[in-house]
Amino acid sequence: MTPQSLDLVGVGKGFGADDILKNIDLEVRPGEFLSLVGMSGCGKSTLLRIVAGLERPDRGQVFIGGRDVIDTDPSDRNLAMVFQSYALYPHMTVRQNIATPLRMRRLSLPARLPLVGRLAAPGAVKAEIDRSVLDAAQMLQIDHLLDRKPAQLSGGQRQRVALARALVRSPAAFLMDEPLSNLDAKLRAHMRDELAALHRRLGATFLYVTHDQVEAMTMSSRIALMSEGRIEQLGTPDEIYTRPATLTVARFIGVPTINLLPVRIGGDGVISAYGRDLGLRSHHAAGPATLGLRAEDLHRSDEGFEVRIHRAEMHGADRFIQCTLLDDASVRFTLRQSARDDIGADGDGRMRLFFAPERAHLFDQSGLRRELRVPEKAAA
Amino acid sequence: MATLRRYVPHVVLTLGAGFMLLPFYWMFLTSIRSPAEIFDISLWPIPRNFDAVENYGRAASQVPMARFMLNGVIVCLGILVVQVLTAVPAAYALAKLKFPGRKLLLALVIAALCVPIQSLALPLFVGLAKAKLLNSYFGMMMPFFLSVFAIFLFHQSFRRYPDEIVEAARMDGFSEMEICWGLVLRGSLPALAAFSVFSLVAHWNDLFWPMVVVSDINLAPPPLGMLFFSDAESGANYGALMAGAAITTTPMLLCFLLARRQFIAGITMTGVK
Repeated sequence: MTPQSLDLVGVGKGFGADDILKNIDLEVRPGEFLSLVGMSGCGKSTLLRIVAGLERPDRGQVFIGGRDVIDTDPSDRNLAMVFQSYALYPHMTVRQNIATPLRMRRLSLPARLPLVGRLAAPGAVKAEIDRSVLDAAQMLQIDHLLDRKPAQLSGGQRQRVALARALVRSPAAFLMDEPLSNLDAKLRAHMRDELAALHRRLGATFLYVTHDQVEAMTMSSRIALMSEGRIEQLGTPDEIYTRPATLTVARFIGVPTINLLPVRIGGDGVISAYGRDLGLRSHHAAGPATLGLRAEDLHRSDEGFEVRIHRAEMHGADRFIQCTLLDDASVRFTLRQSARDDIGADGDGRMRLFFAPERAHLFDQSGLRRELRVPEKAAA
Repeated sequence: MATLRRYVPHVVLTLGAGFMLLPFYWMFLTSIRSPAEIFDISLWPIPRNFDAVENYGRAASQVPMARFMLNGVIVCLGILVVQVLTAVPAAYALAKLKFPGRKLLLALVIAALCVPIQSLALPLFVGLAKAKLLNSYFGMMMPFFLSVFAIFLFHQSFRRYPDEIVEAARMDGFSEMEICWGLVLRGSLPALAAFSVFSLVAHWNDLFWPMVVVSDINLAPPPLGMLFFSDAESGANYGALMAGAAITTTPMLLCFLLARRQFIAGITMTGVK
């Protein structure tokens, strides 16, 4: 099956203040790997389940390949879903598990019955199903496990069976609900590679739900970052990281978490913090605002803000240095530097920091991104 | 001291078990004793006159014992089959489907657990009499076809079946009935075994309802048969009576022993009793 698009138009669930989803519009392009990321409770799983047909939205429409599926049963939407707990059928062998989506589609009810089915199922269809099962199992390297029961498999192997069961039916799109969150860290990194490779090989549409921004950043073509039932930003991983649309996005994406510096926009557009001109201008109305600074955009500078170092965290190639502003101890900064360099603090554990002005992000009081200008002369 | 502490629970439990088994032991003892020894309070297992052959012979020959047993089997299996057929889908709906009024229905099921059969006996009897269904197998089975206890027991067990597997099955195209019988019930076989034992034992041993609806000795299940037996034949022959009782108890004992492991898993898993 050629990859299909998934379109959500004005999808909402719940009424009033405690809406789970607030009029979501989302277009997943054919063959795209789109991740829905957000904190738990942001509505991302509900959105996925609405696409799957497991839940009904209170408002809005869902289209798969341009076809309105709001009244279509989950099984008729031709979507494959991989669940967090893998949801393998416990009493079936791996072979039967993988064959189930095909058996349910291609065999009639009597042919699926345990004993009668042996006689009623047409041989050609069964041979074809066996071949598809073997192909899927080989693609995920689980062909040696076909006669085991799920209980006899490790977490990683169950994950592969769940993936094989999803891809065996060549669905219009794959839906994945935090499929890697039950794996240990090492295996998770490995399965990230495999999922990305699988997506490349199949060219299928993937809608992937995760709370892990690393998964979203590393695998996706695009990311939709959700918060409180809304999509905060939709963009490529690069756009999301380098041009976060809101403060929520900026805080969610990036390790370590983005540094936030409270600033003031003056009447003349001059941006200042603790009485210092930061060499940045904005056209936004005067008032308090927040400057977002990535850890790698901070550097030592004799002109900069004085900070006190609390902790240096070694991460192999990098070092994260946690510090607080001397002007205001409630402002915490994390600085990322190469582990080969000196920390560069004085004997009291103090140092001076400044940032790359062209890479700063300005957010107004409501958390929306605002444009910054860097006047020529102030390039410190 | 430590050894003592280890053995004390076993001693206590053994005493308790012995106490529970005493009536059965007495039944067995009486069934092999001669009439002269019946009222002997000694628990010594070997009677002075070994009358087992005579007692069991009378129990088997003087009344249609095979007929009683067959009646019991028909009634118990009939009840069990219909109970399972109706309770499993009901429990599945209450445990896994979302619909308005679900909580209320579940509350009603639990409330209905508190209604004893005796309080319904009169209307049921009148109804069956009007429908001319007294003295029939159907009359003996009908009041028990819908078992709220079964619904409750299966509900408790089905609730624990992972929702994600049910959803995966829906996406794969299973019908709700296939999910209910093929997946969810399959994951609750211990509960099915436990309920079967409960139901079979209860209805095999039931005297009250058969006595209300059946007066034809040919339809009597074992306990009612025993009653006819003691009335008609040998009001005083306790030896033969107990031999009959021992014969009717044996199938239930076997039934429990066969399903013992599932039965225990079933009741511990569902948190009932």
